Amino acid sequence: MENQQTPAPSKHDGHPHIPGWGADLDHKNRPAYPKERTPPRLEGIHWDQPQQQPQTVEILHSNERPDITPIFGTTVPPSGFSGMIRRAAFKYSENDMRHWLMLLFADRVNMLEGLGDDLMKGHVPNIFAEMGMKSELKYNRAGFIRKAAIATAVAGLGYYWLKHRKD
Amino acid sequence: MLAMDYRGPYRVRATQKPEPTIEHPNDAIVRVTRSCICGSDLHLYHGMVPDTRIGSTFGHEFTGVVEQVGPSVEKLKVGDHVLVPFNIFCGTCFYCQRELYGNCHNTNPEATAVGGIYGYSHTAGGYDGGQAEYVRVPMADIAPTVIPKEMDLDDAVLLTDVFPTGYQAAEMGEIEEGDTVVIFGAGPIGIMAAKSAWILGAGRVIVVDHLDYRLEFVKNFAQCEVVNFLDVRDMAIHIKRMTDWLGADVCIDAVGGDASGNFLQTITGKKMKLQAGSATALHWAINSVRLGGNVSIVGVYGPTFNAVPIGNAINKGLTLRMNQASVKRHLPRLIEHIQAGRIEPRKIITHRIPLEEISDAYHIFSSKLDNCIKTVLVPPGQFH
Repeated sequence: MENQQTPAPSKHDGHPHIPGWGADLDHKNRPAYPKERTPPRLEGIHWDQPQQQPQTVEILHSNERPDITPIFGTTVPPSGFSGMIRRAAFKYSENDMRHWLMLLFADRVNMLEGLGDDLMKGHVPNIFAEMGMKSELKYNRAGFIRKAAIATAVAGLGYYWLKHRKD
Repeated sequence: MLAMDYRGPYRVRATQKPEPTIEHPNDAIVRVTRSCICGSDLHLYHGMVPDTRIGSTFGHEFTGVVEQVGPSVEKLKVGDHVLVPFNIFCGTCFYCQRELYGNCHNTNPEATAVGGIYGYSHTAGGYDGGQAEYVRVPMADIAPTVIPKEMDLDDAVLLTDVFPTGYQAAEMGEIEEGDTVVIFGAGPIGIMAAKSAWILGAGRVIVVDHLDYRLEFVKNFAQCEVVNFLDVRDMAIHIKRMTDWLGADVCIDAVGGDASGNFLQTITGKKMKLQAGSATALHWAINSVRLGGNVSIVGVYGPTFNAVPIGNAINKGLTLRMNQASVKRHLPRLIEHIQAGRIEPRKIITHRIPLEEISDAYHIFSSKLDNCIKTVLVPPGQFH
């Protein structure tokens, strides 16, 4: 039971250099205490159940729930081959490793699709800039040169290997 | 509008995208004034979170001005300058009724294990985030909080995630007066957890990381002891030596799946992605806490699985507590702490970068260049 009397002097009062030390030791000072409380300390609710958001794009939903939720995001609906993989992944539950592994695989496929989309639109992605290499050059020049040297060496070895194989 | 555009692991750019629209009667459209890159955005950036689709806009820490509201919005007004908690929540589901807003059951169709989060993949509901000029804010009557007039905008944006998450990390540690608290990770969340541990009455606070500049910062900001794990042969032994061979009363994992420090965890968790990130910090937390102690986890891991010494946790009789922060629950008290001058969250901001330069902003933050601790993105026309 919470002690309602004035607390005894703390054995750790030796923290005057720390602003705010112990300010929340007493639960009475903490409007967020306890961690869970019903009803919630919220203002502005004027619904029992949120109104259903109209569905305008394809939304995949976990098979651990009966249907889509009343509120959802609509960004980047599934599309292309990665979308097919995602749809297949959602046939498995969140409890099934295949669900997550297929989604990760779809993400990698989607990355290639993104490159293809860029090229189809006539946009050659500046991967150097997208990876923030300008800042690498500015703040870590030695690291940048090392990475560039490794990349060049790998590319050179690959080229040599391919050329050698043809011979 | 200008918005961040995810193109694949380690690749992002700023692109023109259509402005968001009202999609639900309780939506608002907010013109972003500040947004941050969060440490957990790096899990997305590194390609570790399943169902992170190309073309997504990240960003779950933002403030903005309300530009438009849906027909059922009663409380929020056009022109209000608001901070928006990263949780998207309904306020009435089983979990929201228990104030577990990070676990809302009505805002994420794609997964049941987590509620909706702005700009955090389709695994967190498929919402676009705030690293843009405009963003759609669902449940506008309950989630956004009007920024107090005298509050610095940079303090306000850190109330959307960083400070509440750090505070909840300490709160879940069930800190008692005089406790020794060890925090793994000197990133923004670890820094806030250290400060919050003092506010909750800790007797000793120790922060562990491998970046000297971050350790130096947290030592000054949160007046704590620091340990560079590169100087330590075995973390559990080191912490026990520091604590009369008992171990810490409370250990906090403020790192998550991007942890360094263990070769096997790094290879299997980060490079090969055979587990849901590298669980080094959690491993150390379990093995460094005393018997019967508390381990609090706010570091983010993926949804698959991780190799952690759960047998030790059982044998030591530990209490493990973890969750996404329930931001809205904490806001009233955390605003008081800022107003009382007990903490100045904005001091952790080291970089203010235009949204147009988002590729560099991510790389600087991800690679810890230029002594970066916290990056704020400023949309066009918002530098003032």
